[in-house]
Amino acid sequence: MNVQVVSLERHSKAKRYGGKSGGRGHVEIKDVTVRFGHGADAQQAVKETSLDIPPGQFVCLLGPSGCGKSTLLNCVAGYVKPSAGTVLVDGETVKEPGPDRGMVFQQYSLFPWKTIRNNIAFGPMVAGRGHTECSSIANTFLEMVGLTRFADRYPAELSGGMQQRVGIARALANYPSVLLMDEPFGALDAQTRLMMQENLLKIWSEFGTTVVFVTHDVDEAIFLADRVLVMSASPGSVIADLAVPLPRPRLAKMATAPDFMQLKKQCLEQIRSESLKAFEQQDR
Amino acid sequence: MAISLGALLAGLVLWHLVTLYKLDFYIDFENVPSPVRVGSSFLAHLATQDFYIHIGVSMQRIMTGYLLAAVLGITAGVVMARSRIARAAIYPYIEILRPIPAVAWIPLAILMWPTEESSIIYITFLGALFPIVLNTLHGVEQTPEVLVRAARSLGASRLQILWHVVLPAALPSIAAGLAIGMGVSWFSLLAGEIISGQYGIGYFTWNAYSLINYPDIVVGMLVIGGLGTLSTYAVRLFMRPFLAWQRRAR
Ligand SMILES: Nc1ncnc2c1ncn2[C@@H]1O[C@H](COP(=O)(O)OP(=O)(O)O)[C@@H](O)[C@H]1O
Ligand SMILES: [Mg+2]
Repeated sequence: MNVQVVSLERHSKAKRYGGKSGGRGHVEIKDVTVRFGHGADAQQAVKETSLDIPPGQFVCLLGPSGCGKSTLLNCVAGYVKPSAGTVLVDGETVKEPGPDRGMVFQQYSLFPWKTIRNNIAFGPMVAGRGHTECSSIANTFLEMVGLTRFADRYPAELSGGMQQRVGIARALANYPSVLLMDEPFGALDAQTRLMMQENLLKIWSEFGTTVVFVTHDVDEAIFLADRVLVMSASPGSVIADLAVPLPRPRLAKMATAPDFMQLKKQCLEQIRSESLKAFEQQDR
Repeated sequence: MAISLGALLAGLVLWHLVTLYKLDFYIDFENVPSPVRVGSSFLAHLATQDFYIHIGVSMQRIMTGYLLAAVLGITAGVVMARSRIARAAIYPYIEILRPIPAVAWIPLAILMWPTEESSIIYITFLGALFPIVLNTLHGVEQTPEVLVRAARSLGASRLQILWHVVLPAALPSIAAGLAIGMGVSWFSLLAGEIISGQYGIGYFTWNAYSLINYPDIVVGMLVIGGLGTLSTYAVRLFMRPFLAWQRRAR
């Protein structure tokens, strides 16, 4: 398939929601090391990790819990300052959180005292946009996640899956160049999770923003990503960088198809051999 | 609701009975006025203008002291929760001053403040202040970190985070502090109005005591109880719309 055609198509669809992601969302992680604590208590959470994520790519960070996935993601988000190295987004060094990098959390993080509409309009509102503009942006994104009917409800009145859809809409309402997602579907049941994954891919195909998606679920990573980055446990670093050549749009039934299985097997083997290598190196 | 009314009624009947038979079993009801005597004395007072002045003057003192306490208390609570230095500097004062009962402040309040009125308001203010400060502090500290993070990544400034995230998150706790503070300020008012030479429902009660007018003592007590309850309810009612989101859960 011709790569340029894909990106052009994506670009034109993005226009429907006013997406301007064409060319934006280049993430560079350069020799990032993160240490927590001081002196004898110091613990390395991420070790000398370098990554280059081109604009518009869907990347999954895969690894066991506690291996430093969130820490690495938080460096891109700007919540965690690397002890060494730098993170660049579109050539600018990340210093603090900002609206160019949308964040979706695992725990429900909607503002409970704001209606769904006002949650989604939060970004435009704090950016000082007018009431009418906020309202029209909110409508656009309510429609995008199919929650127009729930616009005036409060988060607690919605199911977990719906709340995460609002979380995604809220992050995208700022038209970020990168969408950062930290195990966003981790708390959902298997069925809802599958639905959410398809939903996310649909939104992404229309929006075309760069996505960095953290998960510890191999199936989820392969199903979603263009590229799976496997992280090793303590200290966390990327040990494998796997391309996922499955066609898009991805459909739920693909997850049981032979080529998916084959890819999963490859992935697991790679994880295994890489962790064995790391294990032996540690032993010495 | 029905149970509460029934219990109040039963209490009234019990009160009537123990005063009727002048029960003297460790607790002595010999001189306690009966509900009928208190009731008729209350009705008699309702017909006098003075009674309303007493109530009006007290309400005014409560309003002034309470509003000052609300503004200062919420501000101090937020500042303490957001700044470690402010907290370390202010907290010891709260610890030391909080257990001091309102009555104990009377001599000093008279010496410190230029007018009788201002010393009474000061005592009322102090009563309301501590629950408001402590509840605000607690509420702000309970703000979920993930919400602050979300707001930051959405581009909110520090001030916007305070207004749109921290204060709403603390509001249930602040509302509780405001309601408790209202109750305590009436409590303190009675003490403060010992100073008063003329008006106030606390003064009315103390005066009845020195005149050995037993029914009036009870009238004063019940009026304070009733007004305290009503104004606490008013505070709750006022805060309700701001907390509507809480009741919509599930
Ligand atoms: N703020 C922090 N302070 C101290 N240690 C931390 C902090 N955040 C994470 N860690 C540690 O860093 C390691 C990686 O954590 P994390 O990035 O959350 O892992 P993951 O998201 O892969 O589960 C863990 O051992 C964790 O205990
Ligand atoms: Mg994590």
